[in-house]
Amino acid sequence: MQEGVQIADPARRSMLLTALYIAQEQYGYLTKDAIERVANRLRLPVADVYSMASFYSLYRTEPTGRYVLQVCEGLSCHLVGGADRLVDYLQKKLGLEVGQTTRDGLFTLETVQCLASCGTSPAMRVNDALYENMTPERIDELLETLRGYHV
Amino acid sequence: MFEKVLTRNFGLPRSESIGVYIANGGYQALPKALHECDPEQLIEMVTASGLRGRGGAGFPAGRKWGFMPKGSDIEKYVCVNTDEGEPGTFKDRELVEKDPHQIIEGVIIASYAVGAHRAFVYIRGEFFLGVKRWIKAIDGAYAKGFLGKNILGSGFSLDLSVHRGAGAYICGEETALIESLEGKRGEPRKKPPYPASVGLWGKPTLVHNVETLANIPHIINRGAEWYSSIGTPKSTGPKIFCISGHVRNRGIFELPLGVPLREIIYEHAGGMTFDKKLKAVIPGGASTPMLTPDQVDTPMAFETLEEAGTMLGTGAIVVMNEDTCMVDVARRLMRFFAHESCGRCTPCRTGTQRMLNILERLEAGQGKAEDIETLERTARKIQGLTFCPMGDAAINPVLSGLKLFRDEYEYHVTHKRCPV
Ligand SMILES: Cc1cc2nc3c(=O)[nH]c(=O)nc-3n(C[C@H](O)[C@H](O)[C@H](O)COP(=O)(O)O)c2cc1C
Ligand code: SF4
Ligand code: FES
Repeated sequence: MQEGVQIADPARRSMLLTALYIAQEQYGYLTKDAIERVANRLRLPVADVYSMASFYSLYRTEPTGRYVLQVCEGLSCHLVGGADRLVDYLQKKLGLEVGQTTRDGLFTLETVQCLASCGTSPAMRVNDALYENMTPERIDELLETLRGYHV
Repeated sequence: MFEKVLTRNFGLPRSESIGVYIANGGYQALPKALHECDPEQLIEMVTASGLRGRGGAGFPAGRKWGFMPKGSDIEKYVCVNTDEGEPGTFKDRELVEKDPHQIIEGVIIASYAVGAHRAFVYIRGEFFLGVKRWIKAIDGAYAKGFLGKNILGSGFSLDLSVHRGAGAYICGEETALIESLEGKRGEPRKKPPYPASVGLWGKPTLVHNVETLANIPHIINRGAEWYSSIGTPKSTGPKIFCISGHVRNRGIFELPLGVPLREIIYEHAGGMTFDKKLKAVIPGGASTPMLTPDQVDTPMAFETLEEAGTMLGTGAIVVMNEDTCMVDVARRLMRFFAHESCGRCTPCRTGTQRMLNILERLEAGQGKAEDIETLERTARKIQGLTFCPMGDAAINPVLSGLKLFRDEYEYHVTHKRCPV
């Protein structure tokens, strides 16, 4: 249904956000090559496509680990003992700093601002999945499950 | 007890499915609107209901519909704002995940009323489940003939599709949302012209928050008079309040507008955790100035919160107890705003960063005597001078913090640590 609907030419440019998502999925992250391909496909200047990729935080121009662990450091998560505590815990447990990736390439640790789970905070996101009411114990379980997929 | 309207189906199993929605009275407003009303009547009805936008600004919905140029020969669009990202707010995500058809029914009726044949859902990129629910619900509505050509034999046609954002809070601002839908960087446009005259691809565009649209079927079903009997004269209807922070039952509560803040905190949310003392409340999302304990009897309505020096905003209440450090609160909120500034105008881009640096320094016990004054001066240089309302939003936590808890800021400078 949605695909069948035709709108005049400006719609070509409207495809850019979706095209970048598809490219990111295929290449793992938006490599120079991926960006050039998107630009060619949509007949847009490469610089323009780069500028889009840098504006939106869900596009990545650097490689990441297999799982990106994003801990919410927003106010509601912080108030109920999340944020710093969970970030500290993960840093120690994985032996890295925010922004880094584990040596086995499995986990990247990041912080984000608000995941709209303030009522079930502390919250975190792992790739496309949301995890709510997080505690260090639940983080242990989660990491174990994720590692289990790769032994 | 208040009879739930917008969240009445939330507790049902598979409440997101079209079957459950229809079995509980859904899609009954649609034939009524299409067959029994002309667009003018619908606009009148929504105006009479007093419904005000739930996306933050509280603009009367019926008036916004009335601004759209009349006539079916003009290309027009409707945009459904699902970009929810203001810290403290989590009602839109629940509405989409638990009852998307209620919103779709609202979208179809609104589109018919303003004469649009194309509508777009713009959803926050992080809402992965929300995207799935939207797509499934739209497919279901097409299958039943509620979307597409000649809806229910009325001659009215509408197509609805989903567009996923990519991680930029500013895209919730309506003109930035339009830019993003056009495939551009989500930088706000100059207003006026407002989207109702020049919007998506230069065409008249109606932008609404999902909660606003969810109200529409109920207004059509039960009438404007019923609707306006809920709430206060200037803030009508039900509202989904989000409550988080130091209360026992965090979550969403649907209550009539005008309900006292005290009732939400102490009855519905079960009071303060560990019976700690209340220190401050953010009443309507990260950008709304704080209230103090002596103000907890304020009714949660647009006009009463404005009188109290703050705003209803998105109805996202963040409750903080006596152990909360107010400099830390300001720092956290400023991290958000500094990170999300789109960079288009200098006062917002550099001002939020400068304020954040000072707040980080104060919190780290490295504050200097002049920092507090610099903080205030920087905020004043943003106030009213930015391209979009985000600049003013960003300074509210700091200005209200300095007004209410200045001694705490000073303590950080003199003692190099938090007082709490
Ligand atoms: C910085 C900023 C962010 C905003 N974010 C949102 C948002 O996430 N969702 C939303 O519905 N409205 C948001 N708004 C308000 C929209 O600009 C617009 O007023 C609203 O979508 C209109 O819908 P309503 O009349 O139904 O409230 C934001 C406004 C600003 C200034
Ligand atoms: S006020 Fe901030 S968010 Fe708004 S246009 Fe200026 S830089 Fe962008
Ligand atoms: S503050 Fe963490 S989910 Fe909202």
